[in-house]
Amino acid sequence: MNAFWIILTGSLVATCCSLLGCYLILRRMAMVGDAISHAVLPGIVIAFLLTGSRDSVPMLIGAGLLGVLTTFLIEFFHRYARVQSDAAIGVTFTWLFAIGIILISVFAGQVDLDQDCVLYGEIAYVPLDLWITEGGLSMGPRTVWTIGAVTILILLFIIIGYKELFLTAFDPGYAAAIGVSTSLWYYLLMTAVSLTTVASFESVGAILVVALLVAPPATAYLLTDNFKTMLVLSVILGIVAAFAGYYLAVWIDGSIAGAIATVTGFEFILAFLFSPSRGILISKKLVEPVQQQV
Amino acid sequence: MILQVENPVVEVHDLTVSYDRKPVLWGVDLTIPAGALVGVIGPNGAGKSTLIKAMMDLLPSGSGYVRLFDKQIKDVRKRISYVPQRESVDWDFPASVFDVVLMGRYGNMGLFKRPRQADKDAAMQALTKVGMQAYADRQISQLSGGQQQRVFLARALAQNADLYFMDEPFAGVDIATETAIIELLRTMRDQGKTVIVVHHDLQSAADYFDWVVLLNMRLVASGPTEKVLTQELLEQTYGGKLTVLSKVGDLLRKQEFPSRETKVKRVKS
Repeated sequence: MNAFWIILTGSLVATCCSLLGCYLILRRMAMVGDAISHAVLPGIVIAFLLTGSRDSVPMLIGAGLLGVLTTFLIEFFHRYARVQSDAAIGVTFTWLFAIGIILISVFAGQVDLDQDCVLYGEIAYVPLDLWITEGGLSMGPRTVWTIGAVTILILLFIIIGYKELFLTAFDPGYAAAIGVSTSLWYYLLMTAVSLTTVASFESVGAILVVALLVAPPATAYLLTDNFKTMLVLSVILGIVAAFAGYYLAVWIDGSIAGAIATVTGFEFILAFLFSPSRGILISKKLVEPVQQQV
Repeated sequence: MILQVENPVVEVHDLTVSYDRKPVLWGVDLTIPAGALVGVIGPNGAGKSTLIKAMMDLLPSGSGYVRLFDKQIKDVRKRISYVPQRESVDWDFPASVFDVVLMGRYGNMGLFKRPRQADKDAAMQALTKVGMQAYADRQISQLSGGQQQRVFLARALAQNADLYFMDEPFAGVDIATETAIIELLRTMRDQGKTVIVVHHDLQSAADYFDWVVLLNMRLVASGPTEKVLTQELLEQTYGGKLTVLSKVGDLLRKQEFPSRETKVKRVKS
């Protein structure tokens, strides 16, 4: 049963991350996802200090606010201080993450958050933290409920806003001209990334969530030229990584989250080598000119 | 030579636009008549693209206002369309030609709604008009520059708007595409649409447009082509740029203006 809960959690995290990651990489914003995943930390700690519980809802709200603040600050520094956007990202998220670390260490006695857990996550503990109703009924792991709810939200968001998300990612200038608000969809997307990050936080940690945000979509991008296929494919790749990663971790008796991220990396390398359209070993488009020269 | 018209489609009043507090457009004041094929012409960095973006309210303006169809822009978004510069998007995006043209229908659809058959038909019709119907399922990454431009044009056509803004639609396209596009723009004008085109080639300008806006950070001229494309106004627009002036000379030779040699020489010295 533990294996089931762990794989389910991994798959739900992978689903959310892969879907949103498709939009991030096509907008050339993969590193903004990285930034958000770190910068939500102070939001989580502050929400925890204010409410005194590890209840999911305040944490999601705190992290969501910090995520939007992060994207806003990045935009702000880039536009008004006129530093390069990657420099703006670097300054913003390390700073916010550092504040989070300080908050944890200063309030260490009160905060039931562990720095290792924040960075690396511990998906193996998921089945231990059960949601038990007042009647004493066990509803399964708390994390599964949180990430499950977030998954449903993300799916609804993408189904409802499919056209707008597609258009604003491809051609924001045209979108604005025909009256689709680019900044609204930008901030909605960033809020969704923040929610996903914080919901994935406890299970895979701040660093590995980036692997799931970027690697499956990048792999899917190599495998297809159709956007809907890319969304579906990246979810499948993420879920496969969750399964394979779990059994890899059991086999080598290592970190589950690490193994999941490792599998996503292998998936990417395989696609890079063998993709029918873009793989360097299979693709005729790329290989032929070289062979002719030889 | 700034001619104002009655009942304009576009009315720009005292418009100033700045990037980083550096003004790129100063006090532009112009009106554009309905049913005209309009060329916005000027040297590089003259603010041509900035002007049409500001007309669509895509950029914050420092002062002044723009009215389209005598209304505020936000009330007439569905009646305007935009063909951005080809280079402004990533053509490796995972989308087909048809996907992109269908975007032209998004403005009318609203949230939740999926494209209906009528929308797909309109997109297909637009593709046929630009001669790209055979490419509907093609990946956009596999298109040539001219084909990319036709796809963008088809997307705007699918919208069935009344006022079109086009940013350099003739830049880097083959001659067949250029001819096809100008034919299409003329047909649109004849149907009563207004088309505003940013254009950098003086040679063809006289032939293509029936209204010309000359721009070099300030508005130099706005009026019917034959009254605006004169040596004096072109010199004002292009200043002392010799290479451009020689082009102006070519153009004027074509139009058989008598006094070109002396004037050009005077500017050179």
